[in-house]
Amino acid sequence: MNILEAQHITKHFYDPVKFQVLQDISFSVKKGQLLSMIGKSGSGKSTLLYVLSTMDTEYDGKLWIDGTLVTHKSNDELAELRNEKIGFVFQFHYLLQEFSCLKNVMIPALKLGLLDEATIEEKAIQKLDMLGLKDQALKPANKLSGGQQQRVAIARALINDPHIIMCDEPTGNLDSKNTAVIFDIFRHLTRDLGHTIITVTHDEEFARNSDAIIELIDGRLV
Amino acid sequence: MHNINTDIAFTYLRTGKKMTMIAMLGVLLGMSLYIFMNSMLVGFDRVSNNTIFKNSPHIRIFKDDIISQPLHPDHQMIDMIVNPQIVPSGDGISNPDEIIEIIKKEDFVTAVSPQITTTVFYNIGKLQVPGTVTGIRPEEADKMFDIKSNIIEGNYDHLQNNVNAIAIGKGIAKNLSLGIDDNINITSSKGISRNLKVVAIFKTNNSVLDKTKSYINITAAQQLLSQSNSYITDINVSVSNPEDATAKSRTLSTLTGYASESWLEANESIMAAFRMRRLVITFVSLTILIVAGFGIYNILNMTVTQKINDIAILKAIGFKGRDVVRIFLSQAMAIGFMGMTGGIMLAALFIFLLQRVYIGGDIGYFPIGYELSKFLQGILVGGIITFFAGYLPARKAAHVDPISIFRK
Repeated sequence: MNILEAQHITKHFYDPVKFQVLQDISFSVKKGQLLSMIGKSGSGKSTLLYVLSTMDTEYDGKLWIDGTLVTHKSNDELAELRNEKIGFVFQFHYLLQEFSCLKNVMIPALKLGLLDEATIEEKAIQKLDMLGLKDQALKPANKLSGGQQQRVAIARALINDPHIIMCDEPTGNLDSKNTAVIFDIFRHLTRDLGHTIITVTHDEEFARNSDAIIELIDGRLV
Repeated sequence: MHNINTDIAFTYLRTGKKMTMIAMLGVLLGMSLYIFMNSMLVGFDRVSNNTIFKNSPHIRIFKDDIISQPLHPDHQMIDMIVNPQIVPSGDGISNPDEIIEIIKKEDFVTAVSPQITTTVFYNIGKLQVPGTVTGIRPEEADKMFDIKSNIIEGNYDHLQNNVNAIAIGKGIAKNLSLGIDDNINITSSKGISRNLKVVAIFKTNNSVLDKTKSYINITAAQQLLSQSNSYITDINVSVSNPEDATAKSRTLSTLTGYASESWLEANESIMAAFRMRRLVITFVSLTILIVAGFGIYNILNMTVTQKINDIAILKAIGFKGRDVVRIFLSQAMAIGFMGMTGGIMLAALFIFLLQRVYIGGDIGYFPIGYELSKFLQGILVGGIITFFAGYLPARKAAHVDPISIFRK
């Protein structure tokens, strides 16, 4: 079953000059896959990830997520879709510094508003526990180490049990030990819990160990 | 319901306490000064109007001079009068009782009082001092002009039934060295002389009036001009809403057929000065409040810049543009609400204190009161300014493109 399908994705940048970043990219991702996107800087892999994430809507081609065509949907509809179906992890953790780790994890679920606050809190603690951070839950986000913050960000990405988790160099700022920890978590999420992960990475070892690799060179799929 | 947007907004407010306080203090001061200055304006206007109403009736009805008309208004003929003049038809209102009845029937009229004004000479020995005498029905006139509040010596009530009594200004009393119960001789323009007894001396805030003006009973004035007891020159009218006097004066003029003039028209130059005062105070107070709005704007703009990463991630994980607007707008509204509440209390305190400051003169205590309408006006204007001061940065935050942040 394809959780995500891209057809003929083409994108141009217009500033400062017209430049084609993505050329006719078509591929699909199966449920439960850990997919790595690799390529040199400027190859367009991050740009592709942002198109897939629905945050970038200025492209030609078609994109399906979970069987729904998301191309040409309004920004508000896409926001709801991201809230419900996609989790995000970036190179930088982007935690809200003023809030506790627990609250940071809870925010997407509070936004979704399907569960009451007590249930969400319970669920958030569960996710933090899975990532080995249960004892850090009530600490402010800025009191944690880099590796711990990144794990809180992963917990936040998981809170709504999304279909896809999209990551932009999630281990880019981490040492090898923490990278290994994050990789093990990703493995566990895909193999054991059936999440789908699409990640952009520079780390070749990380990519080699994933289920599928997409390599981009100058905006083309190879 | 617990809302994540307001939750985030209040967490930002709490963690940025210092900035929140500064913005709030700005609104507090702006708001209090706005309410305070506008309340003061109301007080000033009230004192000024009271001063005017001591000398000017709300509406004065009188007989306008008639210029002689050509005998044949037909233009095919030559005009027979080559030198038009005022017709000597008498300057009084010919049927005063009837006219007073007509005026009293109007429901906006609160008081009516007839009056005779004429120029006289005050004589002491060979000395003649020119002046004006006002013939009044003492009780009615006092209700309208509050004459008793100006009496500094003697008893005004003695004018009521005594045609030989006179109330004179302080200046006349001094110049002619007169005291209570002294006699004064006055000569009218008709050449009639009478001896009157001084029963009261008044002092207004206008020294020229004090040197020329005196009051006598209306009957005495009719005798002085050798007129019948139905002769009067003016009818003074009080109305329920003085601000509306000009329009009502037109109505009365149409009803009675005589000329009329409202206090606003009679005191045109003073009114112009009032308008100027109103303009300046309104402008200054509004500017202060707008500056407070800039405070909110600035601080929210700074917050948006500081929290740009938060905004990006919130948008990525599914917060819509209007959620972001709500997060920042509710911060502005919270600051505005706290500031306005404090400002209202401070304004009330200012008014409370200033009411107890003695100024002196015929003003007495500082003329300021708790003007509910000005408090409401302050809340309305403050609310609007706060809204825009918050909405502009909030909209900017809503337009943040998360990708451009994540790419850095």
